[in-house]
Amino acid sequence: MNTEAYEAVIGLEVHTHLLTKSKLFCGCSTTFGAGPNENVCPVCMGMPGVLPVLNRRVVELAIRTGLATHCTIAPHSIFDRKSYFYPDLPKGYQISQYETPICKGGYIDLPSNGDGQPRRVRLTRIHIEEDAGKNIHAAGASLVDFNRSGVPLIEIVSEPDLRSSADAGAYLRQLRAILRYVDASDGKMEEGSFRCDCNVSVRKRGSQEFGTRTEIKNLNSFRFVENAIDHEVARQVEIIEAGGRVLQETHLWDPARNETRPMRSKEYANDYRYFPEPDLPPLIVAPEMVESIRATMPELPADRRARYIRELALTDYEAGVLTADRDVADYFEAAIPGLKNRKSAANWVMTEVLRVVHESGKSIGEAVPPASEIGALLRMIEEQKISLNAAKMAFAAMVKSGKGAEATVAELGLAQVSDEAAIAAACEKIIAAEPAKLAEYRGGRDKLFGFFVGQVMKAMGGKANPKVINDILKQKLAG
Amino acid sequence: MPSELNKLTIAEASTLLRKGEITALQLARDCLDRIQAIEPKLNAFITVCEKEALEQAHAADRRLKSNEAPALCGIPLGIKDIYATRGVRTTCASRILGNFVPPFDATVVERLRAAGAVFVGKTNLDEFAMGSSTENSAFGATLNPHDTERVAGGSSGGSAAAVAANECLGSLGTDTGGSIREPASFCGVVGMKPTYSRVSRYGVIAYASSLDQVGPFAKSVRDAAIILRTLAGKDPRDSTCSARAVPDYERALTGDVKGLRIGVPKEYFVEGMQPEVEKSVRAAIKIYESLGAKAVDVSMPHTGYAIAAYYLVATAEASANLARYDGIRYGLRIDAEDHIDLYNLTRAEGFGAEVKRRIMLGTFALSAGYYDAYYLKSQKVRTLIRRDFERAFEKCDLIVTPVAPTTAFKLGEKMNDPLTMYLSDIFTISVNLAGLPGMSIPCGYDEKNLPIGMQLIGPPFSEETIFRAGDAFERAGSFKPRPTAV
Repeated sequence: MNTEAYEAVIGLEVHTHLLTKSKLFCGCSTTFGAGPNENVCPVCMGMPGVLPVLNRRVVELAIRTGLATHCTIAPHSIFDRKSYFYPDLPKGYQISQYETPICKGGYIDLPSNGDGQPRRVRLTRIHIEEDAGKNIHAAGASLVDFNRSGVPLIEIVSEPDLRSSADAGAYLRQLRAILRYVDASDGKMEEGSFRCDCNVSVRKRGSQEFGTRTEIKNLNSFRFVENAIDHEVARQVEIIEAGGRVLQETHLWDPARNETRPMRSKEYANDYRYFPEPDLPPLIVAPEMVESIRATMPELPADRRARYIRELALTDYEAGVLTADRDVADYFEAAIPGLKNRKSAANWVMTEVLRVVHESGKSIGEAVPPASEIGALLRMIEEQKISLNAAKMAFAAMVKSGKGAEATVAELGLAQVSDEAAIAAACEKIIAAEPAKLAEYRGGRDKLFGFFVGQVMKAMGGKANPKVINDILKQKLAG
Repeated sequence: MPSELNKLTIAEASTLLRKGEITALQLARDCLDRIQAIEPKLNAFITVCEKEALEQAHAADRRLKSNEAPALCGIPLGIKDIYATRGVRTTCASRILGNFVPPFDATVVERLRAAGAVFVGKTNLDEFAMGSSTENSAFGATLNPHDTERVAGGSSGGSAAAVAANECLGSLGTDTGGSIREPASFCGVVGMKPTYSRVSRYGVIAYASSLDQVGPFAKSVRDAAIILRTLAGKDPRDSTCSARAVPDYERALTGDVKGLRIGVPKEYFVEGMQPEVEKSVRAAIKIYESLGAKAVDVSMPHTGYAIAAYYLVATAEASANLARYDGIRYGLRIDAEDHIDLYNLTRAEGFGAEVKRRIMLGTFALSAGYYDAYYLKSQKVRTLIRRDFERAFEKCDLIVTPVAPTTAFKLGEKMNDPLTMYLSDIFTISVNLAGLPGMSIPCGYDEKNLPIGMQLIGPPFSEETIFRAGDAFERAGSFKPRPTAV
């Protein structure tokens, strides 16, 4: 099979919960993990006669997301009813936005592939809608939990600008970073608050035409998205290579079997009978509202990334890792004041700090000592008060004890000795004790220099400044 | 102490209650006695709330002693069974909600409760307010108190009949295409459909959300004004509800209509209507002229498209509004192998024929490929109809028309011919499409002694003018209401 001759064309539809305290159209809590049907009321249960009232915070968060992705904010948009029957959909329709989304256009720039050029993925739209409840199939019975019913979502729809599963993964990571930067979403896929539908087609490389696409629904992890796309691209190429035609279908991803399967026609509606929601007035967004939200926007991942590359001389990769999470980037920036070597600070955060964070499963604020203490530790390295190894030991101790850098270094006796007289004395003592090695060295065996450094360091209890040892030893050995 | 307190108007009863000459308990008892006596003939109520009503009356009597009781304190009312009432079965006259007890009150029910009103029961209606005769009820038709072989009108037939027959002093209806005004006309009582958005719809079981509006039935214009004042006003639970201040409608009842310009649209006096209806309404216009008002001819050229537009907009909205009755969370459920069959069986069993007809019509109107031709087109017609009214109101303050082309028709007469039935609302539907206030007041009788209603239509939020004109007509005294046959 000649996969190389084909190119994948991928567009993504991401649904993400918004970080609001209450639901989209009623006052019920959005807290995850409550007992079944605890966060419900007549409105989100779809009782007869109830009416929706729009949550203002949802509109603000949708606008924040729109501004962060360079969208046009619609001054006038409306809500529509999307009709289909499903037990988890209490009203028999979902309130969504169809022809007039709140945000249009826009784009997301992905970190470059190493050539320094950002890759731009265009957005079609972002719209507001409500989530459905959750069907639970227990022994012999089907139950419905409506806690999630009416939880606010935005759907972010991309243009078909992605060309591989890796692209799709990069886009999703970047989008999630943006959502977290603007406090719109926590992006927690495991709680179902960030879900993805993929539209996938393939075409011969160089072709401008689109192939027939299939939609893969409800993927809730980055890995599933990437696996599902790879599987679907391979499936479509195989069909075309065999002379067949790809059918426009909706597929479900089965993570257990690592494959997609077409949904039965009973499982989805093909005519949603959209019409304007008569229970909600048009959503009017005044320019002043947009401007006041714009004034509170944080620096966004792409801007921050560019600034790290430009001002801190970090690489694409380093800047990408550090800015992927707003808290990590904030931590890094809080650690570097007063440091000369930003690059080593970056490395330190990317390796030592993030390793502890990932291993702990906690947030950066909880998992590691405050950024100022890491800054203090790094400064001691720069000032040659401690060695790199000593710093690593101190860091490990600080994570456990929660104590400061200075105190930990003192407590563990990790401070480096730079006293030239003491080091010179130690050097002389070692040279005197090793006349044979000295002769060999002077005879041209340069490699023995390391031996002498090691011996001096050992005599100094490992705390001597290696640079001072080097300088003094070189002089003394030369005679 | 006067007997048959149930025959009092709200204004009269309110005064006597305040003076301590009667008690709310006596008033409630007289209504409940009347209900017990004539319900077998009328079937105006789906649920009678005797125990609750007596408790409310007790509480009202305590409150009346304080001298700070609101106007409706202790007044027995009937509530159309389309309003959610906490703890009291709310059926919408449908099998699908036959066992449904809401855990909440509709906003207007809550307001009436707070005002100390007494709810004697939940009144009958066409299932989900779909109908013009109250024959489409899973609980049987409501009969007309003036002639029990005839319909009470609909969909709020129970509320109209209950007031006409003195089973309560006033009642609540809803009006989507004429569902307050037409039964008011058929039963010879006052029925007010306020401006769309004037009254909260929260807790009113939706038929067609952009057309549904809450309103009162009463024995007099003054009583309707008293009830509406309590109902109207901003509600944070209904985003379509107006924040506009609610005037004291009673103060508008000055009796003075001098200089009022009354528009008479030629499209509302059509061939085929019952001659006595036209005669009565034209006579009423003469009375207005004698009171100093001025009649002007107006034209509303798009009137002929109203019924077609209405049956697309209303059914489209209904098809979505009624999707929630799926047997999953409440109401009727017919169990089945899978959820699709559960829906099919439950809805087939739960809904009556007219409701199914309208759900299918609306589903079709919204379907891919038909949306533009039907739903969108009907919205455009709606705009044209609204403009017709706007233009007419440049020349007049109120429009006077008949409410229905005929007086109450016989039971079963139109049940097999939905299109003829739909024509009963030909004069009322445009008012809903345009979102305007409209009131039906009795203005005469036909030769069979059946009441005839006159409709007063005003621009948005002109309820005061409508009440003033209606009250002035009542005061003129040329029309004398006759007692009902039952």
